[in-house]
Amino acid sequence: MSGTNRADPRPLSPHLQIWRPHATMFASITHRITGMGLYFGTFLIAAWLIALATGPEAYAQAEAVISGVPAQVILFVWTVAVLFHFAGGIRFLLWDGPHAGFKPKTASAVSVFLYVFAVLGSVAIWAAVLWL
Amino acid sequence: MAKSEFVTPAKITRGLGSAKSGTSDHIRQRVTAIALVFLVPWFLYSVINASSIGYAGAAEWAGKPWNAILLILTAGAAFYHMRIGMQIVIEDYIAKTSTRSALLILNSFAVIALFVTVALSVLKLWIGAGA
Repeated sequence: MSGTNRADPRPLSPHLQIWRPHATMFASITHRITGMGLYFGTFLIAAWLIALATGPEAYAQAEAVISGVPAQVILFVWTVAVLFHFAGGIRFLLWDGPHAGFKPKTASAVSVFLYVFAVLGSVAIWAAVLWL
Repeated sequence: MAKSEFVTPAKITRGLGSAKSGTSDHIRQRVTAIALVFLVPWFLYSVINASSIGYAGAAEWAGKPWNAILLILTAGAAFYHMRIGMQIVIEDYIAKTSTRSALLILNSFAVIALFVTVALSVLKLWIGAGA
């Protein structure tokens, strides 16, 4: 790096290590990670639909894969990611549109709520699917 | 410090910034998000039901006009949203121009190919159902 006498006087963005960890920071990072996970997860969900359009044999193969333990684990994690990114996305829309929920205490509380909502919501959905 | 010390008048007027596309991606990401607020709950509920009733039931579900329309809308909004999201992540973390360009092109190709395949799959199910 170029030392302390920089010719360019523009301010630098703060580096990661000077931040004190806080809830909104983790929620922001998790939003990005779940977004990336959903990118690849959506290809798998699309594969189910493509198998359905391909015909009964392809769909039977897809059903066999989906009912296996690895696919069920992936689907549960996918559900958690969907709910987190969904609720977090609504939070971003409320920030950008009506500028609601920007107070630090509110923002932190909502960030914690996102994790609780994603996990409990997924458990509720899967319980409903498995037992109803 | 005043903004004018860092930015030329022409740059302020153009309002494009370092990404050269202004706020267009930012706005599109939010418009597709608003669509997905409504489409994703329908999609989750429908797919959970459709995936538990076997091939014939699932094919009949996807072939109904409203379901077919909503499926293609969901795919369109989701893939557009995914493409911008992945693009932003690539732009943020991949500094090397050649790798970055290659990944950005791959991202566009992959998402558009997936959209076309899904849309045609839904169309096939719709036509197959004779609706």
